[in-house]
Amino acid sequence: MFQKKWCAAALAAAVFPAYAQDATTREEVRQLKQRVEELDKRVQDAENAATQAQAQASSRPQSESAFNPAVSAILNGVYSNLKQDPNSFRINGFVPTMGEVAPPPRGFSLGESELGISANVDHLFRGTLIASISPDDSSVDVEEAYIQTLALSHGFSVKAGRFFSAVGYQNQIHAHAWDFTDAPLVMKAFLGGQLHEDAVQVKWVAPTEFYLDVGTELGRGLQFPAAPASKNGAGSVNVFTNIGGDIGPSLAWQTGLSYYQTSPTDRAYDDPLNGITNSFTGRSKLWALSGVLKWAPNGNNTVNNFKLQGEYFKRKEDGDLTFDPAGAALTDGYKSSQSGWYAQAVYQFMPQWRFGYRYDELSSGTPTIGLLDSGTLAPADLPILAEYKPKRHTAMLDWSPSEFSRVRLQFARDYSRMGEPDNQMFLQYVVSLGAHGAHKF
Amino acid sequence: MKWLIALFTIVFSTATPAAVNVFACEPEWAALAQELGGDKVSTVSATTAFQDPHHIEARPSLIARIRSADLVVCSGSELEVGWLPLLLQQSGNGRIQPGSPGYLEASQFVVKLEVPRVLDRSMGDVHPGGNPHIQTDPHNIAKVAAMMAERLAQLDGANAATYRSRAEAFDKRWKEAIARWEQQAAKLKGTPLVEHHKDFTYLINWLGLREVGDLEPKPGIPPTTSHLAELVQQMKQAPAKMIVYSSYNDPKAAQFLSQRTGIPSVMLPFTVGGSDRAKDLFGYFDDVIARLLAPLQ
Repeated sequence: MFQKKWCAAALAAAVFPAYAQDATTREEVRQLKQRVEELDKRVQDAENAATQAQAQASSRPQSESAFNPAVSAILNGVYSNLKQDPNSFRINGFVPTMGEVAPPPRGFSLGESELGISANVDHLFRGTLIASISPDDSSVDVEEAYIQTLALSHGFSVKAGRFFSAVGYQNQIHAHAWDFTDAPLVMKAFLGGQLHEDAVQVKWVAPTEFYLDVGTELGRGLQFPAAPASKNGAGSVNVFTNIGGDIGPSLAWQTGLSYYQTSPTDRAYDDPLNGITNSFTGRSKLWALSGVLKWAPNGNNTVNNFKLQGEYFKRKEDGDLTFDPAGAALTDGYKSSQSGWYAQAVYQFMPQWRFGYRYDELSSGTPTIGLLDSGTLAPADLPILAEYKPKRHTAMLDWSPSEFSRVRLQFARDYSRMGEPDNQMFLQYVVSLGAHGAHKF
Repeated sequence: MKWLIALFTIVFSTATPAAVNVFACEPEWAALAQELGGDKVSTVSATTAFQDPHHIEARPSLIARIRSADLVVCSGSELEVGWLPLLLQQSGNGRIQPGSPGYLEASQFVVKLEVPRVLDRSMGDVHPGGNPHIQTDPHNIAKVAAMMAERLAQLDGANAATYRSRAEAFDKRWKEAIARWEQQAAKLKGTPLVEHHKDFTYLINWLGLREVGDLEPKPGIPPTTSHLAELVQQMKQAPAKMIVYSSYNDPKAAQFLSQRTGIPSVMLPFTVGGSDRAKDLFGYFDDVIARLLAPLQ
């Protein structure tokens, strides 16, 4: 076969010398071409190796400080103009949470400054610390400090430490990222502002096309609606689930349901209307249903976007109410079923500018209070628990020159206090320094 | 107990991938994975050419997708810093965390431009690692392709030979295409242009274009009227040949400057999918070059 070819070639060479020469040249050219290609490839490989080396070299730590975690600080300040004295703030019809739920002081005031530090601990864990520095007494509070797993698979993740509980939607978002200056009334009345727990959270994300997660939190019962108890078991239990997805390229949604349960012992509150301290011992259950819908044309939120958000809370408490434990110390049954909701819409009508409106409503219902039913006490002895439906209208306009700064003007008409509606005006700035944070949906 | 087993069977059988699941942050990397993997990969892109990759919501649907990903490919250089870390943390997927073979940051393998010497937020939204929009230079695509093929081969050893041979074939076609594009675009060399955002730095560098202004006063800060007025003055003295903006930019500023100065405005697809012709990587550069040449005709 080869012989034949060679014979043919030789014959051809003899008969057509020019052609044969041409053939050798072509062969030479082919060989040269191949060689050039090989060299080219070697150069390419060397180049690739060099870029890789360069990339690695440039990201190689130069000193110990190269492992410094991401650090960020949030600064915020507000000017408040309030018709009612914020010290008299209360939500009529609801057990005071003893949390920070009052509006900021009148006039100029510095809000809480936040310091955040986060980094991967190692290949298994990530750690986050967020401390808030209170401007009044210069105390530093641990807002969040937790570790979370990185390397678990099959959709599982575990979080441990102090963090915002997965109760409803807005509770899990830091105040600086809220769309309004203050919290919805449901959070003020049912969570004492914002609920954080010393807890362990296990969450599982389902392997589905749409988003589905389920999770649970076992906590210490750090704050209202729990009361710190000295026990080895969990002071609070929360279970939650969220589903979400997209509707075309422009709409994204998420809805969640959570159930939180705790059994506080001697959970004390001061009645702001008569100054008497009372306490509750029993069981507290809280359901939270939340929904968020975000719209942006083609999913591009830079020019226009719209966000609709709402939550519904329902709480049932069943146990004993002790009137004035330090003095009269009268105890009898207490049972309540209370609820509340809010809905808010925020529209970015041009780059950097947004306006929004929020409506809040709570329903105290009529609690069954044994001490009143038996005639031992008169309703005037427990004035804050008298039936009431607090409401609030809020409107805001904000301007965000960049991702890192925001100036907001907000007006509210607040009917939290029975018979004393409050007109509230806030002018607020919120800025973030340092590491670029990522925000939850 | 039976229902529990049934549930687990459903859950984990759907979790078993038929192909390598590639989650691309941007469409160009999904398109590249498709070129290299063919039917051995299933790709999804978190964003489109009509979205600003700096500002993406960490949507539930994205968490659902990244949860089952085997390989995450992103531009990196802090482009996705506002949303990707959150997706990774929420995914419950240990295979795609930074540092693992399932995480590929494309910009690590190219020489980056506009690496800032000084970092300060007063300079706008600058990226410490350099300009992240590396996809507009086809030479960068070639470099990333080589790395991505190796990564696919590593993750899916059974099909390693397929990825390598497809990568070789792609590289050959790509180099031919680059030669064609460079020839077509030769007359663009030195052409002065105004850009909306620094989206096309690598394209400008590749083709030897000359950027003489930005519509954004500072990177990431939307155009202001005062800045546009300055540009109008500047264009009167030294006119550019065109004003380019990308498929995700608001065209208003470019159109405004175009009307005031008579300089044509040109929409360039930001990436694959940004125009009818930009259906894949080849079509993307075909279209970009055709659109750049159009005002010179």
